[in-house]
Amino acid sequence: MTTVKASATAEHLLGADLGLTRDQLLDMYRLIASTRALDERMWILNRAGKVPFVISGQGHEGAQVGVCYGLRHGHDWMVPYYRSVAACLTFGMTAREIMLAQFARANDPSSGGRQMPGHYGSAIHNIMSQSSPVATQVLHAVGIALAAKIRGTDQVAVTSLGEGSSNQGDFHEGLNFAGIHRLPVIVVVENNGWAISVPASQESAVEDIASRAAGYNMPGVIVDGSDVLACYRAGREAIDRARRGDGPTLIEAKVTRLTGHSSDDQQTKYRSAAELEAGRGHDPLPRFRDQLRAVGVLDEASEAHLTAEIKALVEDATDWAEAQPEPDPATARRHVYAESEA
Amino acid sequence: MAIRTLVESIRETLADEMRRDETMIILGEDVGPKGGVFLATDGLWAEFGADRVMDTPLSESLIVGASIGAAVNGLRPVPEIQFADFIFPAFNQIVSEAARLRYRSNGAFGCPITIRTPYGGGVHGALYHSQSVEAFFAHVPGLKIVVPSTPYDARGLLRSSIRDPDPVIFLEHKKLYRSVRGEVPDTDYVVPLGRAQVTRPGNHVTVIAYGLMAHYSLEAAELVAAEGISVEVIDLRTLRPLDAETVVGSVRKTGKCVIVYEDNRFGGYGAEVAAVLAEDAFEYLDGPILRVTGPDVPGVPYSHTLEDWFMVDPDKIADAIRRLAAY
Repeated sequence: MTTVKASATAEHLLGADLGLTRDQLLDMYRLIASTRALDERMWILNRAGKVPFVISGQGHEGAQVGVCYGLRHGHDWMVPYYRSVAACLTFGMTAREIMLAQFARANDPSSGGRQMPGHYGSAIHNIMSQSSPVATQVLHAVGIALAAKIRGTDQVAVTSLGEGSSNQGDFHEGLNFAGIHRLPVIVVVENNGWAISVPASQESAVEDIASRAAGYNMPGVIVDGSDVLACYRAGREAIDRARRGDGPTLIEAKVTRLTGHSSDDQQTKYRSAAELEAGRGHDPLPRFRDQLRAVGVLDEASEAHLTAEIKALVEDATDWAEAQPEPDPATARRHVYAESEA
Repeated sequence: MAIRTLVESIRETLADEMRRDETMIILGEDVGPKGGVFLATDGLWAEFGADRVMDTPLSESLIVGASIGAAVNGLRPVPEIQFADFIFPAFNQIVSEAARLRYRSNGAFGCPITIRTPYGGGVHGALYHSQSVEAFFAHVPGLKIVVPSTPYDARGLLRSSIRDPDPVIFLEHKKLYRSVRGEVPDTDYVVPLGRAQVTRPGNHVTVIAYGLMAHYSLEAAELVAAEGISVEVIDLRTLRPLDAETVVGSVRKTGKCVIVYEDNRFGGYGAEVAAVLAEDAFEYLDGPILRVTGPDVPGVPYSHTLEDWFMVDPDKIADAIRRLAAY
C-alpha cells in the first residue's frame, strides 16, 4: 500500500499531465512488451525453419504505441508499413492475427496468406492494406484524410515509414498536397538511421527529416523514439491539430533498429559493434519499464503477472495460428475483382 | 434524341454521375475553373465546388494515390491524368497499389476509382502528347481497361466504369473528342464492361479495333466493299476483360482476321488478341492473322509528314484487308 501511495506523486509527474491514467500507462507498456515478445518469437520461428521470412520493428515499438495511443480505434485510420506491428496492435489487431500473417494461414485478416509477413492490414480496424514498394502508403493516408475532410467525418489518418523511404517522390507529393489542403493526416518517419545497409548520411541531405516540414508549411516535430511518453505527447498534439482542422504534422521519431533489416539480412556486415551497442542503449522497452517502476506503476508482483500474461499470449497466438488451415489453391483466383453477390 | 460530341458526352456523364452520387469527386490538373485542357470537366467546378472538383499540383502519383486512399475512406474518385503520356509517374500507384489492393487483402479492401485519360496520335502531339498506353495496363490483372469510340458508348461505358467496384482506366482518344458526333439518349442507360460490339456485319474478313481505329476500320471496310470484300468490324470497347466470345465467334465465321491498333507493333494489345485467336480459332483460320499497327519507333514524330508515316489510316487497313482476302 505504501508503494501505491508513494507513487501517486511520481505517477502524476509521469502521466497525469498528459491525461494518462495508471491503467493506460500499463496498457501502453503491455502493448510494447507484447509486441517485443511476439517479434522475438517470429525470429525463433524463422530460425527454426517454420516461417520463411520475418521483418520486424524491434526498437520502434515505443514510438508506434506512443504516437498512435491517442487515436480513436474504429474511427481514425492507420496506414502502416512493414515495421508497424506495435501500431497495429495498438489499433486493435490481436497477437493471433499477427501470427496468422507469420504462418500465412487462410484466415489471416491481412491477406489470407497472400502477402509476405509484415504486410499487416485489417478492414475492421481501419488499418489500410499495405504493399512492399515504400512510401506509396503516404498518398493513401493523404487520400483517406482528404475523404475525411470532404465528408466531415472528424477522422484522422496516421501513416508511418522509414527515413529511407522518405526520399521517395510519393513522400514529397503527399506532404505537399496535405500542406496545401490542411488535411488531417500525421506522417510519422521512424528514423532508425539505416535504409537496409545504407546510413542516413547517404540517404538524405539533411540530418533531420522533420526539417523538410518547412517546405510543406506544416510543423515538423522531432521526438526521441525511446521516450514513449514524449511520443505520446507529440502524437496527441498532432491529433488535436488535425482534429481542430489545423492540418497535418510531420513527426520524426529517432528510433533504433535492434535487428537486421529482415531475416535475410546480416547487419553486422555493415554496422559496427559499437554502433549496435549504442543502439541497444536506445531501446524504448527497458526505458519505459524503468520509468514505470520508478513511479510504482510496475512493481515486482505486477511485473511478474504481466510477464506471465505476455508469455501465455505469445504461446497461444503461436500455437493457435500454426494450427489454422493453410489457404486452398482453389481460392487463389478469387478477389482479383469484386465478386458479385450470388 | 440529343446529338453530342464525344467530349460533350463525357462531360455530361460526369455531371450526371456527380448529381446522382454525392461521394463522387474529380481531381486532376486544370480540371477546376479551366475545365480541363480538353474541357471534359468544363462547368463542373462551378456546379459542384472546389471540394468535389479539385485542381491538384503536377503530381500524377498523388492524383492516383490519393484517389486510392479516398476510395478506401468512402469516396468515389474519378481522377484525370491530363495526357496518357504523363501517366507513368503514377504507374506504381496504379499497378502496385490500385490493381493489387483487392487481391492482396484477400477481398477485404476494394478500389473503386476510374482514371480518365486522353490518349492517341494524329493530333500533332508528337512523342509526348500522342501515346497509346493500353498495353502497359491491359497486362495487369485487377485493372479494367475501357476505350469508347462513340458518344453513345462513352456515356454508357463511363457510367459502368464509375459505378464499378474496381479500378478502371478509361482511355479517351483525343482525335475523337470533337470529330465524332452521335445520338446520346437522355436515359440512365449503361454499356456493360467486357462486351465488344459488331459495328459492321460481314462474311469474308474480321477487323478488330478500338478507339480511333474502330472508325478507321469502318472506313476501310467501306473502301473494300466496292471490291466485293465483305468485312465484319468489331469495336472491342473494353480491352480488359476481353470479350473473347465475340472475337472468336466472328473469326470462326470469317476465317480471316486483321487486328488494328495505333500503338507500337511489338507487344501491343492486339498481339494478345492474336494469341487468343491462335489458341481458340486456329482450325477455322484461312490465312495468317494480320496486324496493322504503329511502327516500332519510340513515339509519334511531330512533323506532319512523319506523323502521317506513323499513323494507321483507313488506306493502310484496307491494304491489309485486300492482302488477306486474296488468300
